[in-house]
Amino acid sequence: MTVAAEGSPPLRMAGSRRSPLLQSEAVQGLALISPTFVYALILLVLPILVVIAHSFWTQNYLTIDHTFTLENYRIALTEPIYRDLLWRSLYISLTVSLLTVALAYPIAYFISFHGGRHKSLWLFLITIPFWTSYLLRVMSWKVILGYNGVLNSGLMGLGIIDEPSTALLYNSSAVIITLTHAWATFAILPIFVSLEKVDRTLVEAATDLGDGPLRSFLRVTLPLSAPGIISAALIVMIPTVGDYVTPKLVGGKDGVMIANAIQAQFGKASNWPLGAALSVTTMIIVSLMAGATVLVIRALQRLAR
Amino acid sequence: MLERVQSQSDRTMIEIRDVTRSYGSFKALDNASLAIREGEFFSLLGPSGCGKTTLLRMIAGFDAPTSGSIAVDGQPMDGIPANRRPTNMVFQSYAIFPHLNVEQNVAYGLKRLKLDAGEERRRVEEALVQVSLTGLGKRRATELSGGQRQRVALARALVMRPKVLLLDEPLSALDKKLREQMQVELRRLQQAVGITFVLVTHDQYEALAMSDRIAVMFGGRIAQVASPKEIYQRPVNRQVADFLGGMNFVKAEIVEENGASLVLDTLGFGRVRTDKPKAFVRNGGAATLGIRPERLRVLWDNATAKFEVAGKVVERHYFGEITHLIVEIPGLEKPLSVTETNDFGADDIPVGAPIRLAYDPEALVAMAD
Repeated sequence: MTVAAEGSPPLRMAGSRRSPLLQSEAVQGLALISPTFVYALILLVLPILVVIAHSFWTQNYLTIDHTFTLENYRIALTEPIYRDLLWRSLYISLTVSLLTVALAYPIAYFISFHGGRHKSLWLFLITIPFWTSYLLRVMSWKVILGYNGVLNSGLMGLGIIDEPSTALLYNSSAVIITLTHAWATFAILPIFVSLEKVDRTLVEAATDLGDGPLRSFLRVTLPLSAPGIISAALIVMIPTVGDYVTPKLVGGKDGVMIANAIQAQFGKASNWPLGAALSVTTMIIVSLMAGATVLVIRALQRLAR
Repeated sequence: MLERVQSQSDRTMIEIRDVTRSYGSFKALDNASLAIREGEFFSLLGPSGCGKTTLLRMIAGFDAPTSGSIAVDGQPMDGIPANRRPTNMVFQSYAIFPHLNVEQNVAYGLKRLKLDAGEERRRVEEALVQVSLTGLGKRRATELSGGQRQRVALARALVMRPKVLLLDEPLSALDKKLREQMQVELRRLQQAVGITFVLVTHDQYEALAMSDRIAVMFGGRIAQVASPKEIYQRPVNRQVADFLGGMNFVKAEIVEENGASLVLDTLGFGRVRTDKPKAFVRNGGAATLGIRPERLRVLWDNATAKFEVAGKVVERHYFGEITHLIVEIPGLEKPLSVTETNDFGADDIPVGAPIRLAYDPEALVAMAD
C-alpha cells in the first residue's frame, strides 16, 4: 500500500487536476440534493405541468382534444357554482388559519415561556392526537357534533336545549371546527420555534423601559414571533383550501368546498380539463392569498413600536 | 496628585439593607448592606458568581431579595415591579430590539409617556447626541457594530432620565481598544448627566478607571467598599488585594497593635509600622504584609534608599513598556515580583544578577491572616 502510494504521486496529481468540477462546493451541493430533486421533479413538477396542460384542452367523452382553449377558465371563473365554492373554500381556510393561529399561540407561548424543564414533554403530548389517523379524528368530530352526538346529548342533559340541534353538523362551521382541531399542532410548532428564538433579555429590556406584561408582549414578543405566525398561517391555510375529506365527511351540502368539485370533475363528471382549470385557478388564488397574508402580518408587525 | 472631582452629593440614592438572596440552600447574596450616593459612579466588582449581577437585578426589579430591603431615592422598592422603578438598565447583551431602528429603540420607553411628537423627537435627538450617534437614527439595529449597539443601549436608558442607571458588564463584549475608549466616555457622560451609575464588572481596571467608589464582592458577600485608590492601596484582605492586580504577600508577626496602627515583624522588610486597616480582625499573632510590584523600585549602581531590600533576579518577563522581575530575597519564602518601567533598561537586567530594591513603607499594607 505504502509503496504503491509512494510510487503514484504523478498519477494522483493528474487525478486531482482532472476533477476540479467535483471539488466545487456548488457541484457537491447539487449532487447531494439531486436524489430529492429528481424525486420532486417527477412527482411534483411533472404532475403540475400535466394539470396545467390539461386545463387548456377539452374533453369529448373519452378523448382529449388538444386544441388550446380558455373555455375551462371562463367556466371556472364565471359559473356561479364554482365561484361560490371557491369563495367558501377561501373563507373556510382563512377562518381556520385565523382560529388555529389564535388558539395555537397561547399554547406555544405557554410551552416556550413557562414550560420550564418539561418543554419536550409538552411538545410530545401535543403530538399525541397524531397517533390516530386523520380520518378517525374527523369521524370522532361527527360523533361529537352529530344529531345524537356528545354535544347534543350533553346540552339536552343540562336542559339547555329541548331537542337535538341540527345546526352543529353538516355545514361550514362543522368543517371549520374540525379543521381547526386537526391543524392545531402544525400551528403550535412553528410559533413555538419562533418564540424560543425571542431573546428573553429583550422582554426584560421592554419591562425596564416601563412596559407592563401586556405591552411588552404586544411590542416585543408578538412582533418578534411574526415569522412563526406567518409560517403557521401558511401551513394551515394552503392545505385547508384544497381539503376535501373533511367537507365530505362533516360538511354536508352546505360545507362542500372547491376540492370536492375538482374531485367530481376528475371522477363522476369526467371532465378533466375543467377539473384541471379549477385546480390551477385555486392554486393561483391560494398563492395570492398566502402572499397577502404575509404582507398583512408584516404590516401589523411594523405597527408595533 | 490630583484628586477626583467629587460630583456626587452626600445624599443616599440607593440603600441596600441586609439583603439576602437564596436559591435553595445556595446564597447568591448573603446579608449585603450598601449605601450608594446620589450622582455617584459606583462599581460592583468581583469574580463571576460573586452575586454582583444578582444585586444589580434586584435594584432593577428583575429579582427580589429573599430577605432585606432595597430603597431607591428614599422609596422602598418592595413589591414594585421593574417597569415602575426609577431605574434603567444597560444590558450585557445590550438587548437592542431587532425589529426597530435606532430612533425607535431610543424612543421605546418614551412612547408610554405620551409626549407630543416634537418633544419626543427632541429628547431622542438629545440622547443620540450624548452618545455620539447623531445621523444613525434610521439605521436598523442589525446594521450596527458592537460599540454602536452599546451606545444605543445607553441612549435608550438615558433618554428616560432615570434616577439610577444600571450597567451590567456593558463593556465586556467590546475589544480592548474600544473598551478603553468607552471607559473614558462613560465616565465623562456620567459626569455630564450627573445621574447615579451602578456598574457591574469583573474587570478591576475598568472599575478602578471609572468609579467614584467600588464594592468588591466575593461569594455573595461585600468584602470592601471604598474609593478606587483605597481599594487598590489598602485592600482589607488577601482576596481583595489579589483580585485588584498583583500583590506580593509577606508573612509577618504582630508585635504591637493599638487603635490606629500595627507594628509588624517581617523577614526581609524588618520591623514595619503601618496603618491598621478598618476591618482588621486579629487572628492569632500572624498577619500578612502586602506590597504592590510597582511599588518596589530597582536601585541602580550605587544609588541608595532609606528603605531597601537586596536579593537576586531569578526570572525576567518582558511586556513592552514594562518588565516583570522575579526577585529572590533571602529569608522570604516566596520571591517578590517587581514591575519596572523600561526607560532605564530594566529589560536588560540579567537573570541571576544581584539586585537591590527600594520601597516606601507607606506602600506596605497589613492584612489580617
